[in-house]
Amino acid sequence: MGLMGSSPSIKTPKPTAYYLWVGVFFLIIFGLASALYYATLKIDYVWRWYRIPQYFIYLDHVEIISQIQGTVEAMTPKEDQILVEVREGDEAETYAVPKDGLRVEEGDFIYPGDVLGSYSKWRVGILMKGLWLTLKVSVIAILFGVIIGLFAGLARISKNPAAKWLAITYIELIRGSPLLVQIFIWYFVLGTLINTIMGQQGISQVRPLWFGVAALASFAGAYVAEIVRAGIQSIHRGQTEASRSLGMTYVQSMIHVILPQALRRILPPLAGQFISLIKDSSLLGIIAIRELSKATREVVTTSLQPFELWFLCALLYLFLTFTLSMLLQYLERRHLVT
Amino acid sequence: MIDVRHVYKTFRTPHEVHALVDVTAKIDPGEVVVVIGPSGSGKSTFLRCLNQLEVADSGHIWIDGTDIMNPKADINKIRAEVGMVFQSFNLFPHKTVLENVTLAQIVVRKRTKAQAVEKAMALLEKVGIKEKAGGYPDQLSGGQQQRVAIARALAMDPKIMLFDEPTSALDPEMIGEVLEVMKTLAREGMTMVVVTHEMGFAREVADRVIFMDEGAIVEEGTPEHFFKNPIHDRTKLFLSQIL
Repeated sequence: MGLMGSSPSIKTPKPTAYYLWVGVFFLIIFGLASALYYATLKIDYVWRWYRIPQYFIYLDHVEIISQIQGTVEAMTPKEDQILVEVREGDEAETYAVPKDGLRVEEGDFIYPGDVLGSYSKWRVGILMKGLWLTLKVSVIAILFGVIIGLFAGLARISKNPAAKWLAITYIELIRGSPLLVQIFIWYFVLGTLINTIMGQQGISQVRPLWFGVAALASFAGAYVAEIVRAGIQSIHRGQTEASRSLGMTYVQSMIHVILPQALRRILPPLAGQFISLIKDSSLLGIIAIRELSKATREVVTTSLQPFELWFLCALLYLFLTFTLSMLLQYLERRHLVT
Repeated sequence: MIDVRHVYKTFRTPHEVHALVDVTAKIDPGEVVVVIGPSGSGKSTFLRCLNQLEVADSGHIWIDGTDIMNPKADINKIRAEVGMVFQSFNLFPHKTVLENVTLAQIVVRKRTKAQAVEKAMALLEKVGIKEKAGGYPDQLSGGQQQRVAIARALAMDPKIMLFDEPTSALDPEMIGEVLEVMKTLAREGMTMVVVTHEMGFAREVADRVIFMDEGAIVEEGTPEHFFKNPIHDRTKLFLSQIL
């Protein structure tokens, strides 16, 4: 009846101008893409998208090569393989060759380096490995970042000056310096110290990956700490007073009353922090961790297809961040309903 | 039961306020004491000092024989014996009504869940709100929320109940239901300290009325004395303003 939308099924028709501007949007996007494509044609860049899938998964041809010289003495079938024995005098070697790929017969004379047989095998490409490593590094760093951030955030609002000032020092140091520099400090300073001392004690070395994870986790932890602090402080003081007046300790009150409520308010800004962390992990390439960006750079130098690869790299990051953002939105909705 | 001697409390932020000035009071077991006074007179601070939600600057406060001003006193243990009801209810919004009443029983009193639920249901029935046990606080009216808050405090089997303006945030038609629960409690012999503006309640239920102004106890006596023959001019002025 009225214009106020009494029934949800009746939608106000959008004015023509709205569709016009939607058209303008698509026109601008299409225009930018075309301009880019035209520019690449002008410099004679050849797009070869078909070469890209091999960096995710590829069929590898493996040849079984004899290491010694001799005669094929015996061929013993074993399941779907054949054990080929090459012998000359006392020297003998046995090679397992798949039936289908067998290239020698009994009595053949073999030189070192001769192919006895071959087979094909699907292998995971470098970009897929990079994507996986980016995901792995990010997830581990997020987990530790949240744990560090939770304690640093609680310390930040503590009345104990040691805890409070430690937290402030940590947060300000981390937030006030570039992540790139922090990664260098973790790898070249702390990494050198730790690995040298451990080497002197005869303990095995820590891999660069873990210094990278440590740098990311400590970086994220400082930001999570501020998010946690804000979340806790946003809970009304009456909640603490009510729980404490019932005889709960500070810790019990935090666990049962304050943190569950703060978590709901923390979740949205935390999601933004997670997404930043995934993107920041691209800096780890500089300390020889072959995550997605480093992997892309390596493929670019061998394939000479930088345009496809860098666009693809960006899309893969987008895929990770978008998936995470959807997941957290779902969590948030479910959490708010209950 | 409660023995307060020469207690001082000064708030320094945002500006200096002498909230309690040489307050001395004694409350016997089973006594119902109503504290009245203009806003800013220190009556809420007095109440909050009794379970150390505010820590007094100096003086002594004995609760059931323990000096809570002694730093070695186990304040959590004392708080479990002293129930408190707030003006703004302060129910836990993420927990159901039942969970609000069982939480501290399980966490602090170490009761089993079954024991806690049994106790909680009995108390919710007592305050007349048993059918809402599964609901969340924001689904209840103000009066219902405050009755749940009373049940939550009673679930700890406290020896003393403190009420900090329990009806001030309520719509007028809900004040009665909360006062009714408090009257029942008083009749059962609970030691109660009530900060309130409900003079009807003071007159009907209180054994003693304390009038505070500017952080000090100005006058105290039976409701009879208080409402008929007040001595101090400030008491007379206050009563003339609110009655």
